[in-house]
Amino acid sequence: MCGIVGLLLKDPAWDAQLGELLVPMLVGMTERGPDSAGLAVFGTPLTEGARLSLFAPGGPPDWQGLMDSLQLRHEGRHELRATGAHAVLVTTADPDALKQYLHAQHAEIAVLSIGRSIDLYKDIGTPAQIAERYGFSALSGSHAVGHTRMATESAVTPAHAHPFTAGRDFCLVHNGSLSNPHLVRRKLEPLGVRFETDNDTEAACRFLEWRMREGDDIDAAIEKGFDELDGFFTFLIGTGTGLALVRDPFACKPAIVAETDDYVAIASEFRSLAHLPGVKHATLFEPQPRTIYSWRRA
Amino acid sequence: MNGPVREFDLARSSLRELNLYLHRDLAREQPAAVRVFNPDGAHSIACGVDAAVDIDVLGHAGYYVGGMNKHARITVHGNASTGAAENMMSGLVRIKGFASTSAGASAHGGCLVIEGDASLRCGISLKGADIVVGGSVGSFSAFMAQAGRLVICGDAGDALGDSLYEAVIYVRGAVKSLGADARIEDMLPADFDALGTLLETAGLAPSPREFRKVASARSLYHWNADANQEY
Repeated sequence: MCGIVGLLLKDPAWDAQLGELLVPMLVGMTERGPDSAGLAVFGTPLTEGARLSLFAPGGPPDWQGLMDSLQLRHEGRHELRATGAHAVLVTTADPDALKQYLHAQHAEIAVLSIGRSIDLYKDIGTPAQIAERYGFSALSGSHAVGHTRMATESAVTPAHAHPFTAGRDFCLVHNGSLSNPHLVRRKLEPLGVRFETDNDTEAACRFLEWRMREGDDIDAAIEKGFDELDGFFTFLIGTGTGLALVRDPFACKPAIVAETDDYVAIASEFRSLAHLPGVKHATLFEPQPRTIYSWRRA
Repeated sequence: MNGPVREFDLARSSLRELNLYLHRDLAREQPAAVRVFNPDGAHSIACGVDAAVDIDVLGHAGYYVGGMNKHARITVHGNASTGAAENMMSGLVRIKGFASTSAGASAHGGCLVIEGDASLRCGISLKGADIVVGGSVGSFSAFMAQAGRLVICGDAGDALGDSLYEAVIYVRGAVKSLGADARIEDMLPADFDALGTLLETAGLAPSPREFRKVASARSLYHWNADANQEY
């Protein structure tokens, strides 16, 4: 069992409240996922450069030392905003080169996400603890994807927590379990797709992102996913432009959507939506099985 | 029951207080009705009630609302999540909105009315209760249903009535596909009478004449070694 939540604000006037609206959604899913949680927030895209979410599972590293070595070895402007063991690095340097450098020289630091608009947080603990630890309530943005995990098939570590990312400005959270992640992985690895964990959800995330890099739009990628990915799933996908939601053909895992003129909110259960402003008059529906739902920020 | 109406606000009191009251103190107080405010999707609201009391849930309910119900008349003025009235024994559970998966699963008796749509697996393993759905039902509804009746005023998804035993389905709209061993049968006078009573109980308008009957062909009742696992 796991919990998923998502929120897309239709009106930019609400962007400053994204975190405040989202934290009770995440905390509402604690019973479905008490062992770890994560959140991806999408904000206004950078006009130049890239943003990387960095995380040191072992505790806050020497962020200033890291900045000093980056300034010395990588041309460009670097800005770092750290919150404990987590930091967002905005840089004009090549993010892939930086990721390789960090992997080689600062193995204690993991790169959680790369893009122009995504910031990503994930850690072990209850959703309330993690939201407090990284100040989720103060986060702003246009849309967000969150997850609370109850591990069933691989270890409880920050790396195994959701959301999973691949490529740029792309993340996926999953409620359910896949029965053929290793098969998917064996298909992708010879094509140069690299995996970071043994988690089943990572296979789905990398498969869909690989299809989109090959030219599919998100709907076409998910259609291919129906053929390739076997198991139970509700997937919620975040991209720089919006959210996409899909349930397996047997609707084994729950989802409910509330839509108003101001937002689209998604959760595993209504109890994570009950606090949202105007939800009593929202259009509420359960997504049909094997049907793709997507929403874009207008 | 002629005591004062009892109210619970789940924004202020716990679900356990409500259910403890329903299971223990209600028999002594004999309230005219029980009202539950701000259910906000909480699980197991009014589960295991064993008293002929009216319970109104004013909002959306979570998993298993009215589960194992005996005698109570429970109305959810909103939607219900997974497993509404699961394993109900008697009484009436009414969902004014839509119901999620496995509504009325393995219910033995009583009546579950869903005024909106029901999701997949509605009435799975039904054991004698009646379920009346005002809207449509999802796939695999009445899967392995053993006894009781499922009335569908709208359409049905795939594999309706798969591996049915002696339960009977009345469906008004389109059926995407019938499950293994389910077949359309003629409506008999007794069917029109029974369906008329069920629709009246549910307070739904359609005429019994608009329905078709789905029942078991009973070809799976006996193991057929020659079937080669193809049914």
